[in-house]
Amino acid sequence: MPQILMPALSPTMEEGKLAKWLKQVGDTVKSGDVIAEIETDKATMEIEAVDEGPLSAILVPAGTEGVKVNTPTPVLGAAPVAGPPPLPAPGPCPARRGPKPPPRAAPAVAAPSAPAETGLPEGTEMVTMTVREALREAMAEEMRRDATVFLMGEEVGQYQGAYKISQGLLDEFGAERIIDTPITEHGFTGIAVGAAFGGLRPIVEFMTFNFAMQAIDQIINSAAKTLYMSGGQMGCPIVFRGANGAAARVAAQHSQDYAAWYGHVPGLKVVMPYTAADAKGLLKSAIRDPNPVVFLENEILYGKSFEVPKLDDWTVPIGKARVARAGHHVTIVSFGIGMTYAMAAAEKLAGEGIEAEVIDLRTIRPMDLDTVLASVKKTNRCVCVEEGYPQFSVTSELAAQIMTHAFDHLDAPVARVAGKDVPMPYAANLEKLALPNVDEVVAAAKGVLYV
Amino acid sequence: MAVKSAYIARKNKSPDKSDGGKSAVGGNSFTAEEEMHAYREMLKIRRFEEKAGQLYGMGFIGGFCHLYIGQEAVVVGMQMAAEPGDQNITSYRDHGHMLAAGMDPKGVMAELTGRRGGYSKGKGGSMHMFSRDKQFFGGHGIVGAQVPLGAGLAFADKYLKNGRVSLTYFGDGAANQGQVYEAFNMASLWKLPVVFIIENNRYAMGTAAPRSTALAEELGKRGEAFGIPAEQVDGMDVRAVRAAAARAIDYARAGSGPYILEMMTYRYRGHSMSDPAKYRSKEEVQKMREERDPIEQVKARLLREGTANEDELKKIDAEVRAVVTAAADFAQSDPEPDPSELWTDVYVKA
Repeated sequence: MPQILMPALSPTMEEGKLAKWLKQVGDTVKSGDVIAEIETDKATMEIEAVDEGPLSAILVPAGTEGVKVNTPTPVLGAAPVAGPPPLPAPGPCPARRGPKPPPRAAPAVAAPSAPAETGLPEGTEMVTMTVREALREAMAEEMRRDATVFLMGEEVGQYQGAYKISQGLLDEFGAERIIDTPITEHGFTGIAVGAAFGGLRPIVEFMTFNFAMQAIDQIINSAAKTLYMSGGQMGCPIVFRGANGAAARVAAQHSQDYAAWYGHVPGLKVVMPYTAADAKGLLKSAIRDPNPVVFLENEILYGKSFEVPKLDDWTVPIGKARVARAGHHVTIVSFGIGMTYAMAAAEKLAGEGIEAEVIDLRTIRPMDLDTVLASVKKTNRCVCVEEGYPQFSVTSELAAQIMTHAFDHLDAPVARVAGKDVPMPYAANLEKLALPNVDEVVAAAKGVLYV
Repeated sequence: MAVKSAYIARKNKSPDKSDGGKSAVGGNSFTAEEEMHAYREMLKIRRFEEKAGQLYGMGFIGGFCHLYIGQEAVVVGMQMAAEPGDQNITSYRDHGHMLAAGMDPKGVMAELTGRRGGYSKGKGGSMHMFSRDKQFFGGHGIVGAQVPLGAGLAFADKYLKNGRVSLTYFGDGAANQGQVYEAFNMASLWKLPVVFIIENNRYAMGTAAPRSTALAEELGKRGEAFGIPAEQVDGMDVRAVRAAAARAIDYARAGSGPYILEMMTYRYRGHSMSDPAKYRSKEEVQKMREERDPIEQVKARLLREGTANEDELKKIDAEVRAVVTAAADFAQSDPEPDPSELWTDVYVKA
């Protein structure tokens, strides 16, 4: 009696909605028949049967939300089939360049409390939204207020975004402002930079920043340097945004964190938000900024929900870190998805009576060292956390800056927790080893506390 | 399968006496006024470049310095067909393009010497110069990078519906860069108002085009795959250049999309000042100078048709020399940038 399980349809999918059954109990199902439609936050996909036989039971009714991957859905009362229950074959991949492996979940973490120092008006209403929705709102709001803002990238229009960030934007803004490009990063990035020189404010979506390496010459040599080379005449107001860093089970060429790469370059601003509130507020600031901004998102965070202030024009300044959790024993500094490890570690440490102060850098360049140093001068101990490679990294820069500017305040050498110094492996166990984890952060914190 | 060529070979042999000195824009002959203008503009570039070469030898100009001598007809003819507001963008062999766009020779020369009065305050140098006023968008040092950028300027033109055309120049060497074809594809797909001008001077640094390039003398044909019309033009004849430019610019401005002009031209000097150009014979260069020189062609016509006499041309020569000398003097006496300029222009204040 083969069961058909809820399939994973993307590297990071954890659950989905069983939208519709196309077969009913008693129907005879043939291999290849479409039996159901499944909605994820990215797409609606048809599921085909692999086995044959009469459909004997539907275990998950149509319309059920939040069905976890690998939950049994129907049962086929077919002739006995040897072997384990098969998964249905997934449909066409929503993201290009590679099959869709099962998900990697971000470490479980309590939702962070609302930022303390945002200066929100008293009684500001908060709404819960995902990072994906926050990014979409930021673009839509800025496109409404400035006709020179447009979005360009692969699958941003008709397809509604490979990760559905741009869903609905084509309908609202039309094909002149939501521009589907061919798969030619080098060329369309150059065109976008030229358009910025010509008076527009492009948002370039890279499906992932891995593909932006094809275009890195235009980002660095053309976008970042031209203002300087022109003696201040030729500014380049442009945002390069997209998924950055490791997703899940997509291996070496699709799993890399570019924070340090772009953070190295004068002329660029580099932003890497963690929460939805920061994603929205910082993206709006980035679009308004007269400089080229590299805006690094993370696929795993797209579906995470956070509280976002319900304001007509919510912006977050570029270059300001956020104290995400107050504490006095040890400072943990991180950014982007690294914050998931930092926050979870702080929670664990609190259980042992250690109060960590967690700082979310939010912007990699310019780096808000003042906030970091103020905290380190209070706690005298610091752990820096990132998913990127350890050499010449954001955390190595942090360590150097803290040593230079707060040496006399340190009671222990600055500790770092980073991705391992290897290309990202595919195998699930190796991938897990290659990434930082909460226990490593906890151990590092205890290390600098000598406990 | 036979491919029907859209490539128009135009190898106009000058002189062409049939027009009696009259022409409409787009025609293949010049009025007396146009001949004089072309002569003066090309001569200005020639004398400027010779002076730049001299200043380089004296140590006033550092780094790389790529001279445009021999190719003057291309940019002067193009500019004669352009309208104010049309954008220009090119590679690092850019001094001629800047002068033709109307930039001040003093500001260009002072940039070459790295002085504060240079167009980029001395921070860009020979290869990186810009003028928003004159719609000159560089001066780019990475071979081929200016091609998508130029298509991007055209993208902005179309988006803003401003009626402008982007004149995007690159060489036969850059024509082998992948991003050129990415730009061709999107420019055609989106019907961008851009004219791609391939300055085929037959050498990519020290590599003769046939050694690096398939069908080295048919580079314009590479647009065929993208549905972009192309012409091959005698880039040593400023009249042929202007006529082809008018056709191309009209086509782009009308919203029909990109157009390619392959300018068959020749640089007399090495790739840069440090290149002795041993990869070609002295005779080859000499033959080109004697038989095809763009300035001498105009001069011969002016004298033959009685538009100007020797004295009048000498007067123009003297005026041009005076402009170039003044530029060189300025470029040598203007102070270097203030040290504080090291830290400016990295970011626009948000």
